[in-house]
Amino acid sequence: MTTVPRSVPETVAAKASGAVIRVQDLHKYYVMGDNRVHALRGVTLEIARGEFVAVMGASGSGKSTFMNILGCLDKPTSGHYYLEGTDVARFTKGDLAKIRNQRIGFVFQGFNLLARTTALENTELPALYSRLPREERHKRAMEALNMVGLADRHDHYPSQLSGGQQQRVAIARGLVNQPSILLADEPTGNLDSRTSVEIMEIFQDLNKNNGLTIIMVTHEMDIAQFARRQIVFRDGTVRSDRYTPPNDCVDAAYVLKSMPTLED
Amino acid sequence: MDFLSTMRLALRALARNKMRSGLTMLGIIIGVGAVIAMVGIGQGADRQIQDQIAALGSNMLFVGSGSVNRGGMRMGSGATKTLVQDDAAAILRECPQVAAGSAGTVTGAQVVHENDNWNTQVYGVEPAYFDIRNWPPSMGVTFDQSEVDRAANVAVIGETVRKNLFAAASPLGETIRIKNLPFTVIGVLSAKGTSAAQGNDQDDAIFIPVSTHQKKLTGDTWLRFINVSAVSQAASVGAQGCITALLRDRHRIRAGQDDDFFVRNLKDMADSAAQASRIMTILLASIASVSLLVGGIGIMNIMLVSVTERTREIGIRIAIGATEQDVQRQFLIEAFVLSVIGGGIGILFGIASSWVISAQFKWPVLISPMSIVVAALFSMAIGIFFGFYPARKASRLDPIEALRYE
Repeated sequence: MTTVPRSVPETVAAKASGAVIRVQDLHKYYVMGDNRVHALRGVTLEIARGEFVAVMGASGSGKSTFMNILGCLDKPTSGHYYLEGTDVARFTKGDLAKIRNQRIGFVFQGFNLLARTTALENTELPALYSRLPREERHKRAMEALNMVGLADRHDHYPSQLSGGQQQRVAIARGLVNQPSILLADEPTGNLDSRTSVEIMEIFQDLNKNNGLTIIMVTHEMDIAQFARRQIVFRDGTVRSDRYTPPNDCVDAAYVLKSMPTLED
Repeated sequence: MDFLSTMRLALRALARNKMRSGLTMLGIIIGVGAVIAMVGIGQGADRQIQDQIAALGSNMLFVGSGSVNRGGMRMGSGATKTLVQDDAAAILRECPQVAAGSAGTVTGAQVVHENDNWNTQVYGVEPAYFDIRNWPPSMGVTFDQSEVDRAANVAVIGETVRKNLFAAASPLGETIRIKNLPFTVIGVLSAKGTSAAQGNDQDDAIFIPVSTHQKKLTGDTWLRFINVSAVSQAASVGAQGCITALLRDRHRIRAGQDDDFFVRNLKDMADSAAQASRIMTILLASIASVSLLVGGIGIMNIMLVSVTERTREIGIRIAIGATEQDVQRQFLIEAFVLSVIGGGIGILFGIASSWVISAQFKWPVLISPMSIVVAALFSMAIGIFFGFYPARKASRLDPIEALRYE
């Protein structure tokens, strides 16, 4: 895959005001029998609003644990996690569910759509738990599907959709409650390279045009290059944290033009 | 998530596995159906016994001449000659709980009409007897007080006696001979059937005024029994106490000595019969309840399987913001819907099967609204009780583990 440098529009920098995520000296260990497995050994970093971050690292590097903590699915053993300025440690289980519902959008590696449930209903799911009225749920879900270019397939079941389309439904689901951050865990893990770039195109589009903060776990270098910042984990600590110079950023839409389509 | 959405979700989840949901429901259907049918049969039997006892005469007390001890030899009931007409009058006068009374005596006799004859019991009673026993004539009339006062030779005959002496002919105005004494038949009593308590044919009897019986038939001055009716069923116990005290006093029985009479309360007999049928109802219902319990365990089992199967779905729901209560409610409502639909069908099944039983075996079946309401509530309770543990298990899943579940 060729990398094509492209200048980043100024809007991203303008919207990137203030840290949406700030973590301080995060530690996490699991007790397994007599052993204590240290997954995170003191992680401190900030992610500003409007950033597109790739979190990388080998398996066991602690990146998944880090993402689970960011997603409020897991709690750190020690350290602090401030989401939009609030310390998450103070929240109850119910509060955390509400944060996951309202402020965080999830995209999983295996799509994790509900089978025998239409694309629209899958997209609606988070809105269902925020007790929105039926009409509002439909409206928002259709908007979200429109953003990922699947409005015309809203009545399709996951089994009738391709992998890329299923992942786009999953992204729409992540967007339906208009969250502050989108957390994607290996979003291209189950996809071929062209579809992967298509997903990256959607991410870049959402990041640029909607100012959405995206944090994406990946172990593929050529996927990580679509993000503007790459954080590499190793043995539970941040090994490197660097921003792609604006001129070196890869534009997914441009890459797609040079890639063979399925028909070729 | 709101209730309506959860309900829709539950129905859809159940529709997804129609065979499985159907079989799970079948457990509840059979359970509820069995309880409804069994309770229906029990209550039907109870009602039949109550009806039979009511037919004996409501609020009735029976005072009989009792045993007497003559030098260590006890003579058996009916042996004493101490119960007399004045006792009957005193009971009516002294006991406020008593509404009516009829002195009575009885003897066995051969009865003749033209070429036919028949051996039967001849009772001497007072006019009140027919009201106390709740026993109206089907033909003619019963005798009145003036006929008792003048010891008239009139007879009211039972249905069995009519059949044997008159066959198809009308007995009214005919003369029958009892111990060679001529009596005019003035009425025929309606058929009462076999008595529930003793099993004898109550219609095989002739009734004449007690005065006629004593003066012309037997020459006895004492009574065999007094039929008494209390003012209400509740008052019959008080009446029993009053009569006992009164007769002990009149017969000069000292404290510690045995009564020379006995007072039987029909309410006691009714109660013991009702208790027997109630025990049967409880027994039948508890056996049927076992199948309901098994049905509930079936629901629990299926819900546990369902939770395991849908671990990933639960993980997704928790990750995107479902609270513990949301997840718990989802599975609880699923179990609830299963048991309520099953319970509803079970009620119809129970009514239908008890209808078939009553038609097939000619058993009286009584489906009370109460048993339907109880069955409906019970099946709801089963859904909640047996759905609770699986639902709780689902809500406690760790989303990270659940999302990784294959």
